[in-house]
Amino acid sequence: MIYMDNAATTMRKPEEVITAVMNAMNSMGNAGRGAHAASLSASRVIYNAREALARFFNAESPKQIVFTNNSTESLNIAIKGLLEPGDHVVTTMLEHNSVLRPLYEMEQKGVSLTIVKSDKQGRISYEEVEEAVQENTKAIICTNGSNLTGNYVDVKRIGAIAKNKGVLFVVDASQTAGVYPIDVQEMNIDVLCFTGHKSLLGPQGTGGLCVREGLKLKPLKSGGSGVLTYSKEHPSDMPTALEAGTLNGHGIAGLGAAIEYLEKEGIDNIREKELQHMWKFYHGVKEIPGVKVYGDFETELRCPIVTLNIGDYDSSEVSDELLMTYGISTRPGAHCAPLMHEALGTVEQGAVRFSFSHYNTNEEIEAAIQAIKELAEE
Amino acid sequence: MRVKELKLVITFHTTADAMAMEKCCKEANAPGRLIPVPRAISSGCGLAWCADLSEKDGLLEVMAKVGLKQEDIHKCMV
Repeated sequence: MIYMDNAATTMRKPEEVITAVMNAMNSMGNAGRGAHAASLSASRVIYNAREALARFFNAESPKQIVFTNNSTESLNIAIKGLLEPGDHVVTTMLEHNSVLRPLYEMEQKGVSLTIVKSDKQGRISYEEVEEAVQENTKAIICTNGSNLTGNYVDVKRIGAIAKNKGVLFVVDASQTAGVYPIDVQEMNIDVLCFTGHKSLLGPQGTGGLCVREGLKLKPLKSGGSGVLTYSKEHPSDMPTALEAGTLNGHGIAGLGAAIEYLEKEGIDNIREKELQHMWKFYHGVKEIPGVKVYGDFETELRCPIVTLNIGDYDSSEVSDELLMTYGISTRPGAHCAPLMHEALGTVEQGAVRFSFSHYNTNEEIEAAIQAIKELAEE
Repeated sequence: MRVKELKLVITFHTTADAMAMEKCCKEANAPGRLIPVPRAISSGCGLAWCADLSEKDGLLEVMAKVGLKQEDIHKCMV
């Protein structure tokens, strides 16, 4: 199988990650729920992962790293934990449903939204983001990269706008964490939401938030914490405040190992390989008659994604043919980014997304280009 | 049961702080170990750092260097 659905999840993981998860499953107790060897072993592994992520995103302290199951949970914590009725939020048409649906839910509770429009190439205007901020704006909440087009969003620029306007800045880094450097302090990001199983190369069921020191979020969950047993309220100290219940220690062990792998290999080197694959594929398919590629390819700053359609063919049919005839795994249909599909005009047809890993080979890219050529001729 | 001795017991607000304590002490070769918080002490986190009484100043110095704050410092029989 040729796997080109890395924006959904990276299927191939570094050996170090697999080993770390296996070791954890052989040795871990419940972190923070005792002082015996197995419990301390889990606590140490989780704390090491906290430190690694704090280093990776330049957080002020490992205590500001909160573990969750995925970006969706992180974004729910951020959005529901920060917003109150009467607040206003600026977001964009590029967003995934993991941002939009919690925002729509808050809209029902009295939060108002301004959704900055995208052009037909999936680009937003940063001036419009700035102009959308109003007196009662609490936060700008947006993605760092579109999961549909691969367009990169300049969060450093939006972070500067947020700082200048005195509003909070929440970033969905699902498609960029592990691809592009993210420095939460330099980029003025108040809450960074990330998932572990995509370009961070960790296991599914891992993710988290990086919260600016001093910023208080209402917890989404309360419950067991290993701390303050006799208090009726969930503890307010970070990271415990946002981590009720037993953590996914086995997965977090893998995520910690994944961050160490990324640091060792260097994300600049990994990104270079991924973008080489992306450009090779893009240049190989863009001129094929009948092929329409979506997104902004006028810039070098992109996520390693190429999304396309062939003529009027249903994207699901194309994806199925790619799998059955060529053994290539892609994602068709709607990509949980409804407003982005509206902007691109692909609500009915959906789109076929190719997303690359540094583990892909040149031969695989060539095979994918050849497959599109043959399908477009049919 | 072991014979109890009067010890220094440092408590923390969170497990993450207790783990940070273990890490910074290990790096600084500072003595002590994590123990379950003794019942005599009311504490937030279930883990505490236990060391000889004479180590108090040295441990506080190690903690200050990394900006680690304790919940409380106790003397108790451990």
